[in-house]
Amino acid sequence: MVEFRIDRRSGVATYLQIVQQTKQALRLGLLEPGDRLPTAREVVEATAINPNTVLKAYRELEREGLVEARRGLGTFVTRTLGGPAADTPLRAELADWLDRARKAGLEQDDITALFTSVLEERADNHKGEGA
Amino acid sequence: MTATAIEANGLGLGYGRRGHRALDGCSFRVPAGRVCALAGPNGAGKSSLLALAAGLLRPTGGTLRVLDGIPSDARGSTSRAEGLRGRIAYVAQDKPLYPQLTIGETLRLGHELNRGRWDAALAERIVEEGGGLDPAARIRSLSGGQRTRVALALALAKRPELMLLDEPMADLDPLARHRLTAALMTEAADHGTTIVISSHILSELEATCDYVLLLDGGRVRLAGETEDLISAHTLLTGPVADLPDHTVVESRTTGRQLTALVRGSSAVGGGWQTAQPSLEELLMAHLRSPDAPPMLTPSAEVATA
Repeated sequence: MVEFRIDRRSGVATYLQIVQQTKQALRLGLLEPGDRLPTAREVVEATAINPNTVLKAYRELEREGLVEARRGLGTFVTRTLGGPAADTPLRAELADWLDRARKAGLEQDDITALFTSVLEERADNHKGEGA
Repeated sequence: MTATAIEANGLGLGYGRRGHRALDGCSFRVPAGRVCALAGPNGAGKSSLLALAAGLLRPTGGTLRVLDGIPSDARGSTSRAEGLRGRIAYVAQDKPLYPQLTIGETLRLGHELNRGRWDAALAERIVEEGGGLDPAARIRSLSGGQRTRVALALALAKRPELMLLDEPMADLDPLARHRLTAALMTEAADHGTTIVISSHILSELEATCDYVLLLDGGRVRLAGETEDLISAHTLLTGPVADLPDHTVVESRTTGRQLTALVRGSSAVGGGWQTAQPSLEELLMAHLRSPDAPPMLTPSAEVATA
């Protein structure tokens, strides 16, 4: 079971925070196929958010094929996300790149800014290809 | 169309010899099962609207239907209107309770007055959550926040179909606020209760309310699903230039930069950075710009016969 943390000041829509946190839990293996997500009531009791928001997040996860609502039983995880990213060649390459960035004199914040900007640029490109 | 919790048609409320209008020609709809934020500055007409919906005031113009009844008829205490009153819970801003009664007696009174619907366990749980609230304590000895807790316990335990809450959280500490909001949301999750809640704390409304009614100067400025209202607007930032062809709610210039909130979500292009406004930004922009035209989503529109 996961527990959602809602940040009211983040500017990210509440339902999206639930979607993102569920996906993160799937990536990290904190949620596995067959696990039940907390009911809307349980989430609402803990976080004091609108119940329709929780249902909307779950519908979105269902639409993406990650969970399945079973009537009267709850919402269950149907598949995981991503592989174990821990020891893929990609991770080693990224570590390599980070070492080089450090040597080039980049600070933590510079690296984060650079990484985020490339990530966003690529995301936009992907969207363009998709359309 | 889904069932309607509140429907106002040309609703007006005037008082005083000069005919000051607390509400003026308000037409809107709140569908059942929504948690609706009632927002607006001081004197916007929020409390008047809630008191009208609770049947404590009678409109001086137009009509107001609540759960398919006329709330102000309850004063004439026809049996139908009496029935309507049992389905509505109203917590006024000053939380009127009997000061000489104890908490325990107040809850018993709630039980006696609401036979058949009263949830005693829920009332006790909400009072107990207050930590150290003695059932034998008299209401007059309670702090403002503690009185609020008792008033909300009464409203929730009544198991109403519609809750009308006027600034209910104003004097609560953050923990109590969180717990009582959670109790309200749980009630909505379990029973599909419609909740209309007025508040000045806009950032808090965003997470709890899926519907918004913005009043200003006795008139409706915005009404509809929070999400739809937000996605119908775009925040633009860019170099000072003519704005593209949009309804501009508000625009400000700082040096070479122009910031504007516009209606419409279509791509703008031309060097404009776009972002989705938060609910708070959306409401504030409308309050700063009294001339921006009102906007109601389809579900908030009153069907004209």
